Amino acid sequence: MFLQPGNAAPHEHVGSVHAVDAEHALQNARDVYARRGEGNNIWVVPTKAITSSTPEDMGPFFDPGNDKPYRHPQFYKVPRGVKM
Amino acid sequence: MSATTSTADDMARNAEFEARIARGETIEPKDWMPERYRKQLVRMMSQHAHSEVVGMLPEGNWITRAPTLRRKMGLLAKVQDEAGHGLYIYCGTETLGVDRHELVMQLLNGTAKYSSIFNYPTLTWADIGAIGWLVDGAAIVNQTMLAKASYGPYARAMVRICKEENFHKKQGFEIMTTLAGGTPEQHRMAQDALNRWWWPSLMMFGPHDKDSPNSEEMTRWGVKRKSNDELRQRFINLTVAQAKAINLTIPDPQMRFNEETQNWDIGPIDWDEFWRVVKGDGPCNRERLAARNTAHAEGAWVREAATAYAAKTSAASAAA
Repeated sequence: MFLQPGNAAPHEHVGSVHAVDAEHALQNARDVYARRGEGNNIWVVPTKAITSSTPEDMGPFFDPGNDKPYRHPQFYKVPRGVKM
Repeated sequence: MSATTSTADDMARNAEFEARIARGETIEPKDWMPERYRKQLVRMMSQHAHSEVVGMLPEGNWITRAPTLRRKMGLLAKVQDEAGHGLYIYCGTETLGVDRHELVMQLLNGTAKYSSIFNYPTLTWADIGAIGWLVDGAAIVNQTMLAKASYGPYARAMVRICKEENFHKKQGFEIMTTLAGGTPEQHRMAQDALNRWWWPSLMMFGPHDKDSPNSEEMTRWGVKRKSNDELRQRFINLTVAQAKAINLTIPDPQMRFNEETQNWDIGPIDWDEFWRVVKGDGPCNRERLAARNTAHAEGAWVREAATAYAAKTSAASAAA
């Protein structure tokens, strides 16, 4: 169950609900996770529809991204006094 | 879990697991964990969830007899919150690979435990004030600590619960303040409720540290971050000041302020009562379980109808 906390914010995962179908899941989600106006939009997704990376694969899966400093602004030199 | 994993493998994994905990890392559902860590968390979290649900019963008892609309709305909202808390924690427990239906059945057939504080009766309206103030107050102290527990889903559920729990405690204290400052009869009713709920609330923190065998392991695994006695003392210090502020007396003639430690030292807790209630011989144990079983049986038609409806509409859309 994903809740959008406010205007322009991304949806966040907040938990899960049990329900017989999507319509009931939406209503249950509103009752369980949004009693205090915590959000203005809800997505519900069946848990088995979610694919996730696994902890064992974490190293090799993300490795290509860990070793490329040229993707960060600090890598690049700018003459002193110049406002970027 | 695997029969072919060697002992050396297990030892290495255990060592790495404990190193992760020591580094303050959070364990998530798909991470490797010792089977015992998983089992202990399933036990702890499911008991916590059961407690929220059973906890709706003593308070539900007074919804129809709340003295004002404000009180009724507050109590309804609180009881609704407790249902929600139970659901958050059941969801968290399911991430450990356990079936919710199995957990519910364990509660209904009496094999699962829940917090024994809910085996006491709510005899007067003031009990509702005492519960919000003392029982939710004690729960907040415990849950604030658990919000930093090593298991991610449990910690996150606790963060959400702590936010909501604050209104519960204030709601209860407002009731006690009103009664304690009301007519002599109201003041007596408030004092009587405090007399009956004080000691059971202290017992919510569990046995003294020296009598608590599970604690060492749960501390090493970052689930318990503070000891039972430490949490109990924090609750006592907070609550004594609150009672004094509204002219109620803590029912402990031996209680003394310790200048050296700056703590309120209490008299002896009656652990016989605690174990009696835990073992099933409290005032309301049987009644609570009967109420839960009745609710489950009487709600069966809702579950059946919802399932039939879903089957019917999906068949209709498949045929379309």
